[in-house]
Amino acid sequence: MSVTAEAVLPVAARARRRVSFRAVFGLSVLLVIGGAAVFAPQLAPWDPARQMLMKRLRPPMWQERGLREHPLGTDHLGRDILSRILHGGRISLGVGLTAVTLSALIGVTLGLLAGFFGGRADALIMRVVDVFLAIPYILLAMGVVFALGPSLLNVILVMAVTRWVQFARIVRADVLSIREREFVAGARARGNRALRLLLRHVLPNALTPIIVVATLELAFMIIYESALSFLGLGVQPPTPTWGWMLSDGRNYVATAWWLATFPGLAIMLTVLAVNLLGDWLRDTLDPRLKV
Amino acid sequence: MALLAVEGLRTQFATSGGTVRAVDGLSFAIERGEVLGLVGESGCGKSVTSLSIMRLVPPPGRVTAGRILLDGDDLLDKDAEAMRRVRGARIAMVFQEPMTSLNPVFTIGDQIAAAVRAHEGGGRRAAWERAVEMLDRVQVPSPRERARDYPHQLSGGLRQRAMIALALAPGPQLLIADEPTTALDVTIQAQILDLLRRLQADRGMAVLLITHDLGVVAELCHRVAIIYAGRIVEMAPVAKIFEEPLHPYTRGLLRCLPHPSRFGQPLSSIEGAPPDLRQAGAGCRFAPRCPLALESCRRDEPALDERRPGHFVACPVVSV
Repeated sequence: MSVTAEAVLPVAARARRRVSFRAVFGLSVLLVIGGAAVFAPQLAPWDPARQMLMKRLRPPMWQERGLREHPLGTDHLGRDILSRILHGGRISLGVGLTAVTLSALIGVTLGLLAGFFGGRADALIMRVVDVFLAIPYILLAMGVVFALGPSLLNVILVMAVTRWVQFARIVRADVLSIREREFVAGARARGNRALRLLLRHVLPNALTPIIVVATLELAFMIIYESALSFLGLGVQPPTPTWGWMLSDGRNYVATAWWLATFPGLAIMLTVLAVNLLGDWLRDTLDPRLKV
Repeated sequence: MALLAVEGLRTQFATSGGTVRAVDGLSFAIERGEVLGLVGESGCGKSVTSLSIMRLVPPPGRVTAGRILLDGDDLLDKDAEAMRRVRGARIAMVFQEPMTSLNPVFTIGDQIAAAVRAHEGGGRRAAWERAVEMLDRVQVPSPRERARDYPHQLSGGLRQRAMIALALAPGPQLLIADEPTTALDVTIQAQILDLLRRLQADRGMAVLLITHDLGVVAELCHRVAIIYAGRIVEMAPVAKIFEEPLHPYTRGLLRCLPHPSRFGQPLSSIEGAPPDLRQAGAGCRFAPRCPLALESCRRDEPALDERRPGHFVACPVVSV
């Protein structure tokens, strides 16, 4: 019996035991990007804000006119692109992660309450969600930043406060079905408190969509931050951010492609890595997919 | 004093189509160590009765009258926190559906250990050992390994055993088993019933068994209450119900069972359908379907009388 079982099982079993490519790739890319961001002051060859007008718009070093001391070229003010990407990562990743965490905290909490308790709590929370959905978030962000003044903290707050509805809606929808499942009724019949029902029985079963939304939102937040920066509401120049570099480089796309391409690649790689990692995390957390 | 005494329980659901009187003046008692069967067809109020005892009737349902005395304390008077402490610790429940009654994201050992810790405190390791011990007690083979399994990795029978272990972990005085074997195939049903009987006898625990299956009743119960449309129509020791059913409804039910002496004949059924519970309607609720019904049956509500020692019937017509 065990011989045949061995013969049938191996394909799936071995695939499970092997470390997932998605996880390794996603995690290592994130570690490299994160590490580069953390150690940017040590790694960056130049001061990211230093302008060298004699060396404006130099292409990457492997191209004609490229300079060895500027591996990824320079921008229209002669600033080193590599140094700016390294420093920009600190802002973009930091702001993105904090904003996603904050908006997930708000959204998941309110979504759980709305879905689980229903009734008036649900009606109230979901009407607030509707209001937030009805107002264009950029407009809302503009208003708040104008009122509070642009600063890093305000940008993060605004991003979280305008995006929590994404979490709230998904979580509420999931909780509505989870709370009707028998194991929740069973847990209630065993005398569990409402808080414990929520945290141990409902929330863990709603984790999958939360993780998926969080990875998508992280990508969104990086873009969102650049949009705010582009409008002059986000992080103020000369502090470099990926989004700001991207929008700045847009004007030179025809003549100097490297201005927009490298920060764009940085954003793309980060988002890809986060999504792969989130994908893997979701599969790993779902016990039904474990063999 | 009886362990649990339900007196004049009424549970109603206010719907847009009218008030559904799901449980309408139910009274019964369970002694310590006794197994009482609550039998009736779908929608007769069996499950609502059990939820009323736990005070977990989902809205818009509400207990509108009656008393539920556990050891003399009225559960309906308790505040939410006191009631929460009764659930699980003193009254436990096992549900019908073993497939969905366990939390899919935790191992069964985890879930039982959590129940143990909630009621007894103690460290993780000790709780885990207790969980393994409980799984062993409900005859799960190789409990130490199974404790590390997630619910989806277990068969229906093993899941129901795990559910029973989970319910019994805090050592309740009363177990409410709501159709505990309905979702299982017949051999597994027999094993689970056997297990329930053994656990009940070992612990001297009272069991309220809710079922529509008279076979299960015969296996496990000491006494039986037959419910029709939210009221008890007959209550007697289990042998009496099968040997000398008195109420026309009980007789009808028993006639529906296949029997060797009626081999080859079509199975009989009770004419008509259960009444609409939104209509208040005076008189005996079974009267419209009853072969013995008199004019007075449609007018006067029959009282549940002790017609023979321990044998209660709510029918004035039937001759004893």
